[in-house]
Amino acid sequence: MPYVPHTPEDIRRMLDVIGAPSVASLFDEIGPEMRPKSFDLPEGKSEMDVLAHMEALAGKNACGQVSFLGAGFYDHHIPAAVDALSMRSEFYTAYTPYQPEASQGTLQAIFEYQTAVTRLTGLPYANASVYDGGTALFEAAMMAVRHTGRRKLVVCEAVSPIYRVMLGSYTSNLHLELVTIPHKNGVCDLAALTAALDADTAAVLVQNPNFFGTLSDFSALFEAARAAGVVSVISVYPVLQSLLKSPGEMGADVAVAEGQSLGLPLSFGGPYLGIMTCNKALVRQMPGRMVGRTVDGEGRTGYVLTLQAREQHIRRQKATSNICSNQALCALRALMHLCLLGQEGLTRTAETCVERAHYAAERLTAIDGVTLLSGSAPFGNEFAITLPVNAFLAIDKLTARGLVPGFPLGRYYAGLENALLVACTEKTSMEQIGIFAEMLRGTLK
Amino acid sequence: MNTVFKKSTPGREGVWPVKPGKSAAELLPAGLLRGKSADLPSLSELDVVRHFTQLSKRNYGVDGNFYPLGSCTMKYNPKFTETVAAMPGFTRLHPVLPQLKGAGRLCQGALEVMYETERLLCELCGMKAFTLHPMAGAHGELTGVMIIAAYHKDKGNKKTKIIVPDSAHGTNPASAHIAGFEVVNLPSKDGIVDPEELAKVLDDDVAGMMMTCPNTLGLFEKNLPKIVEMLRSVDALLYYDGANLNAIMGKMRVGDAGFDVVHLNLHKTFATPHGGGGPGSGPVGVSEKLVPYLPVSRVEKLEDGQFYLNYDFPKSIGYVAPFYGNFGVVLKAYAYILRLGGTGLTRATENAVLAANYLRKRLDKVLEVPFDRVCMHEFVASACNLSECHVRALDIAKALLDKGYHAPTIYFPLIVKEALMFEPTETESLDTLDQFADDLIAILAEAQKDPAFVTGAPRTLPVSRLDETRAARNMELTDDL
Amino acid sequence: MIPNELKYAKSHEWTKIEGDVATVGITHFAQEQLGDLTFVDLPKAGATVTAGAEMGSVESVKAASELYSPVSGTVLEVNAALEGAPEAVNQDPYGAGWMLKVKLSAAPADLLDAGAYAEVCAAEAH
Repeated sequence: MPYVPHTPEDIRRMLDVIGAPSVASLFDEIGPEMRPKSFDLPEGKSEMDVLAHMEALAGKNACGQVSFLGAGFYDHHIPAAVDALSMRSEFYTAYTPYQPEASQGTLQAIFEYQTAVTRLTGLPYANASVYDGGTALFEAAMMAVRHTGRRKLVVCEAVSPIYRVMLGSYTSNLHLELVTIPHKNGVCDLAALTAALDADTAAVLVQNPNFFGTLSDFSALFEAARAAGVVSVISVYPVLQSLLKSPGEMGADVAVAEGQSLGLPLSFGGPYLGIMTCNKALVRQMPGRMVGRTVDGEGRTGYVLTLQAREQHIRRQKATSNICSNQALCALRALMHLCLLGQEGLTRTAETCVERAHYAAERLTAIDGVTLLSGSAPFGNEFAITLPVNAFLAIDKLTARGLVPGFPLGRYYAGLENALLVACTEKTSMEQIGIFAEMLRGTLK
Repeated sequence: MNTVFKKSTPGREGVWPVKPGKSAAELLPAGLLRGKSADLPSLSELDVVRHFTQLSKRNYGVDGNFYPLGSCTMKYNPKFTETVAAMPGFTRLHPVLPQLKGAGRLCQGALEVMYETERLLCELCGMKAFTLHPMAGAHGELTGVMIIAAYHKDKGNKKTKIIVPDSAHGTNPASAHIAGFEVVNLPSKDGIVDPEELAKVLDDDVAGMMMTCPNTLGLFEKNLPKIVEMLRSVDALLYYDGANLNAIMGKMRVGDAGFDVVHLNLHKTFATPHGGGGPGSGPVGVSEKLVPYLPVSRVEKLEDGQFYLNYDFPKSIGYVAPFYGNFGVVLKAYAYILRLGGTGLTRATENAVLAANYLRKRLDKVLEVPFDRVCMHEFVASACNLSECHVRALDIAKALLDKGYHAPTIYFPLIVKEALMFEPTETESLDTLDQFADDLIAILAEAQKDPAFVTGAPRTLPVSRLDETRAARNMELTDDL
Repeated sequence: MIPNELKYAKSHEWTKIEGDVATVGITHFAQEQLGDLTFVDLPKAGATVTAGAEMGSVESVKAASELYSPVSGTVLEVNAALEGAPEAVNQDPYGAGWMLKVKLSAAPADLLDAGAYAEVCAAEAH
């Protein structure tokens, strides 16, 4: 049997020591009424056969097209060293670092990850990560609910609709009120967001760049929030954080992010990485694991899981969250990615993404009938264009020809059926942008 | 060892892309740009490679060390599943692709993996349908309890409580609470759930009960048929925490046994690597009456054999994940199930239970085993017999580290004092089990002669015992604090 | 370590009543059971506390425990020093480790004297 080392002789020896007549007898407590009514699973296969089967399945996925899909999830170059290093089995096949002396590798790496993400967001504290950016946003909202004792959440409609539906599902049993403030042509309505803050509001939730790719300075909103006792939560795109005004500089209380763009492949939706950082007042409300620095009996520096008294295994139902894992391996990859690129590498990456997107916007809006949805509003590596036809239709036509032109905003926003969300990364070439523009022009004729 | 930030040398070139034609200042308004640099380190590729290679040497993992961490099923993770998860046909797939008109045809292979994995898990567990969306075990619990809530809400039941036995998995109470329920703790009797105790807390307000079976003591819940009957009498649902599924594959199907909801831990039973704390994957299976409440989307198969995502489930609890769960982890578990097949999975269970019982018998003369009868895939011992020489479970754990073993789970479950929970798994050879037992017996003998031998452990690792109080008081969570 | 001049709650809080103001903390026995404290979470000045109801919590590395108010009233003052130095509760539970000063809204009831509290501790120690 694969991966079971015991020979018949080993099994006999073990049964003798146990004093059991057979392996089957060890399962005697499972009564006949609990036994499987069927167990119709296929027979096992050799490693070679399974790999061939999986190759065939992988081959049914088209991954060779030119793609302008983003919507919060981006295809960036991952340095080869990230794969090589993160595959070291000492990291890979370890469990949660419950025994710190035998887990200093994982623990120091998480500590360094916490440091790196706090530098990106400009807020001083971080946890060891949660499942993904959407979970991070929900958990940030819950931090605010616990901190303020209030139950209303004011959410900008330009926050990822994917995250807003998750927020809706999670809060449905928790008697929280979600108030959504409409966007204005893909731009956050700062005045309406500010006006919505009141004495019942626990948090205001915004995103930069927002789902439409446009950028805002939320400093004034966050200042108004602080004055109203409201917690400011912002979701950011870590690659662009090398350039953009940081959540800390804007006065946010909690900053979260989807960390996929830092060294994680798209992989059809996961595993990803939920980054969470916050200011000091909220650190005890943070869910999940955190690693802290300390010393051993000989005064040597070491790292441990800390502030565990907040967590589910101690607080049980009073815990800050039920999350008991982090995405340690994904966090490790993100840290390696940030270290390999460094400040200069990440800045260059971000600048290239923005440069390509601006070039693409210029080329696409040169086509008759194609305009920028948000007009002159500033954007980063992603932007929305309005087509003279339904965006779903354009996508269908171009996809059939090997180019995925972007995301149809009509899927989540009524009235935007003609709007297409287009993303560029450093992997998008000027040539590909040119081909896209020509293909779109041809389609719209 | 210095942090990676301390190793930074300004100007040193890393894996830098080509310099772009325009700078941020030329591309974006000044007011939107950051004032203070993020100050990420400047390192050469070798600097980074050496730093992380050296860090990795300060870790124990299953590949290098026996890891009998109870409740965590640290079995060997076959390498070929990594080859599968790294296939570009999977890694390059953008998650919104199937949401585009006509683009579902571009990811038929991935949808087929999801569909087939769900079918296999259904047959393995005897459930009607599965969702792969939950991204960890605790996330599966939350999803499962949200489904229970949706079921009762839909039926117009006013239910407010979830029963959690004290021998259940540690995250259960928090998950039930976050789904909006009041948690009722149920004390166990002789290590398992007692129907008489259950009767005392069971009433019409109970929405469900979360069971771990075998429970965290490694004991089979043999009163299960009675428990199922009692819960059904008040229309309460029974939840199966799959942390311990490795003990029952091919021997019991949770659906056949009467459970309504189950979550699995693919990173335990199905050999996907834990990665030092994640990513995991916690698929949730349900019985027929709960199918309408599963999260969206759901993968379905058309008559022509094409796969597609169906979002049209009006009673669904909605979205628990941005997409389809941790697809990369699902891939590995799917490949593992195909490799072992039904017979291989059953053998995995049989040998896991065999190994646990063998280790229990090797150790029950030197450690107290509170419920010393046939166990399932793990057992709980107590270090109480060493309290006279002031040696605790923690000390034994640390002494094991010095011998190159990861420690068993300690101080859990809470119902056993000085608990040491051993789960050897099916993949460890008899030589390893024997050597471990011999070494542990030697440690216990030494501890009785000279307690300082264990209370001063570990001595061979990069650090000795760390000051956790100082860590919690100082909250030094980054290099900048 | 059970001063005679104080009154006690069964849940291991002490109180010293001077006029209509009560000073509140946790006992030596309690801090010993909890181990090295890492965090003390207390209500803010102006908050209302009720005898027998939760008023805050304390954390050690591996445990968290709720604190129950021995008296009813309005919080006048909180020991701010505990925020940065929770170890004061371990080192000097009846002195520097005090937690709240409460303006009483009702006469304290059901409190134990030192002798009765010593019996509670003795029973729990076994």
